[in-house]
Amino acid sequence: MLIKASVKRISALLGFSLVNQTKIITAAAELSRNALIYADQGKFKISVLDDTRRKGLQMIFSDSGPGIENIEQAMKDGYTSGHGMGLGLGGSKRLMDEFDIKSAIGVGTTISVTKWV
Amino acid sequence: MERIPILKVGQYLLITIQVDLHDKMILALQDELTNMIVKTGARGILIDISALEIVDSFIGRVLAQVASCAKLLDAETVVTGMRPAVAITMVELGISMKGVHTALNAEDGMELLNDILHRDEYAHDFSAIN
Repeated sequence: MLIKASVKRISALLGFSLVNQTKIITAAAELSRNALIYADQGKFKISVLDDTRRKGLQMIFSDSGPGIENIEQAMKDGYTSGHGMGLGLGGSKRLMDEFDIKSAIGVGTTISVTKWV
Repeated sequence: MERIPILKVGQYLLITIQVDLHDKMILALQDELTNMIVKTGARGILIDISALEIVDSFIGRVLAQVASCAKLLDAETVVTGMRPAVAITMVELGISMKGVHTALNAEDGMELLNDILHRDEYAHDFSAIN
């Protein structure tokens, strides 16, 4: 819930439209839920990107959970190994502009997503 | 834990979700609601989500489950007041709430419930005649 509040505040300050704010907050909810379901805990980092032409918001979710064996499969809609609906990863990718996932078995998973204003 | 109040109005149960939903809250709501349907014999459930800023896949799934449960207990569910930005996001996320009726606001939702229930009664009468 703390994540949601900070994401909302920062995305509003950056000037995202209401629809895009909603998409970003929803992606944050999906990805933090993933980390909670599969790893019990995780780290969340939010950054403002500014490459002189445009501004963006980047969120990084990292956990030290079991890791994902088959990322391609995990990205598919409807695939879930836990209690989710299996939309978290693929859905978040659609809601954001950039999506990057790194995972190692036994080490954990780091997901980085970005949306540009 | 904060609870979401369930109001009984005639043969309907009304729920307005005013606060950010924690997972435990919505699961508790699902439990309480199914018990209330049986206890009161309610025929319709109206869930107003106009205060919700997001509906993620978890909340969407629970709302759909509530509707399926209610259906098995002979009650119809209408979800009302979804914000436009939430609708756009849900579609992109890939959430489909099959079996859930929707209406733009609580008033339309009540009307829809009335229509559905009267249609059912009509169908019952009709099958009784034949």
